[in-house]
Amino acid sequence: MKFSNIKYLILRRFTQFGLLFLYFAGNFWGWKILQGDISTSMLFNKVPLSDPFALLEIFASGAVVGANVLIGALIISLFYGIIGGRAFCSWVCPVNLVTDAAAWLRRKLLIDKIERKLWISRNIRYYMIIIVLITSAISGLAAFEILSPITILNRNIIFGVGSGLGLIAAIFIFDLFVVKNGWCGHICPLGGVYSIIGKYSIFRVKHTSENCTLCMKCKDVCPESQVLHMIGKKSINVNDIECTNCGRCIDVCDDNALEFSIGKYITENKKKESK
Amino acid sequence: MGEKEKKKITPRRRFFTDMAHHIGLGTMGVMLLGGYATKAKSSPLTLRPPAALAENDFLKTCIKCGLCAEACVNRPQNLTRDGKKKDKFGTLKMAKASDNVTIGTPFFTPRDTPCYMCEDIPCVPACPTGALDITKVTNSKTKKLDIRQMDMGVAVVDVHSCIAFWGLQCDACYRACPLLDEAIKLQYNRNSRTGKHAFLEPVVNPDVCTGCGLCEKACVTEKPAIFVLPKDVAQGKVGDHYVKGWDKKDQQRVKDRNEKDIITHDDRSKKKPLDYLNSNQLGL
Repeated sequence: MKFSNIKYLILRRFTQFGLLFLYFAGNFWGWKILQGDISTSMLFNKVPLSDPFALLEIFASGAVVGANVLIGALIISLFYGIIGGRAFCSWVCPVNLVTDAAAWLRRKLLIDKIERKLWISRNIRYYMIIIVLITSAISGLAAFEILSPITILNRNIIFGVGSGLGLIAAIFIFDLFVVKNGWCGHICPLGGVYSIIGKYSIFRVKHTSENCTLCMKCKDVCPESQVLHMIGKKSINVNDIECTNCGRCIDVCDDNALEFSIGKYITENKKKESK
Repeated sequence: MGEKEKKKITPRRRFFTDMAHHIGLGTMGVMLLGGYATKAKSSPLTLRPPAALAENDFLKTCIKCGLCAEACVNRPQNLTRDGKKKDKFGTLKMAKASDNVTIGTPFFTPRDTPCYMCEDIPCVPACPTGALDITKVTNSKTKKLDIRQMDMGVAVVDVHSCIAFWGLQCDACYRACPLLDEAIKLQYNRNSRTGKHAFLEPVVNPDVCTGCGLCEKACVTEKPAIFVLPKDVAQGKVGDHYVKGWDKKDQQRVKDRNEKDIITHDDRSKKKPLDYLNSNQLGL
């Protein structure tokens, strides 16, 4: 395997494990680099970073919150608004490690090749957002935060392993045997929120169909394979909001048909150069 | 008439059916999640960090980030009782699914690790959402943090399992209390069994007690005879209609009251006493 085939994968795993390590160190050794957990963190003990969806739920439940979380949620929204909303999912979220492992095993066991019996809509996540917000308003409790496998796994790593890992195992099994990318690609409302946040992001995957040999390796590995509808047909950016910017398609492509681009700017500049 | 027409699937029918489909899905989701959320909320015996909002507001506001717990465990001055550096077991824990506390929220168990009432109260300023409200532990005059204003709970003594009430001399909780001779006082009573000894009974003053739980930690009995409960669980309420006749301040309430607000008649007053006697409810 060439390095170029796993470049972004390695980078991504490095980021994910690195962040988890910093969170862990923040609690265990009191390092002041990244403290808190994935719902709200303090960067260098100064900059607050907050999960915008958790904040929305808190608002829905009818609570008034301090300025720190508001600023934190704004920073996070702007950051992912620029680099691509679901970059959170593939580069930061700890559950991605679990579901990616399930997806990998699925490919190895050829489960993908056998037609699945259960079909669920990829839009469930957007329903989930509404359901969670309504439930938060009725119950007076941020409703997703009490069962979110993301924060549960995150806290298990930071504050010590406890129960709750059963939920993680359930997601692994669900993703492995039931629905391909079932949790991250269909159900998780946080992914839905980040999809919406990243609607106008400038960081996109660009497809050059002239180079494409239609090997479809990219569609095999893509956790949101519907976003790659242009493969071999049109030379455009992957503009669907569900694209997680994980770069796995770029990794597996041997024909230079896929690359990261920064909006239209780079694409146009390159065209001029080639002329 | 008579001929049965095959019902057409009109766009209107399709629209309403689609809508019903989505509403059905949504309702099920809200009901399932709502049921779980209501269950998750009910943990009335939980002890929260200092300056926490009232339980309901706290649950709404807490974002479950754990910054308070990290500030607690990593307080630089943390020393164990023996003067060794750093007690690695912080007071505040983040609730796990098995803890019977709303998952992800901070709480403490005094028998394991009580709150040591740090002068700088590191956990409270760390809270980003205000679920730990710093104004609750800030002295309104000096504008400084005041550990006496903490109110995590109140200590309660089970007089039947407290050996001091047996007549044995034990003042472990009394000495462990950071507000010595204020939050817990020793009440002296004559021991009539021996005729020549005294009972030294610990009595908690709920107005002073902060609920830190150092007494619970110190208690010598197998299961602590003195333990901390949240204030709204442990304390009763007299109600406005009892007035202390010997207390001038309380008497003022009687004078200040608005006559219109005084209700002496309700629906029950309409009934005659005779009706009750005749109603067979007496079982005569």
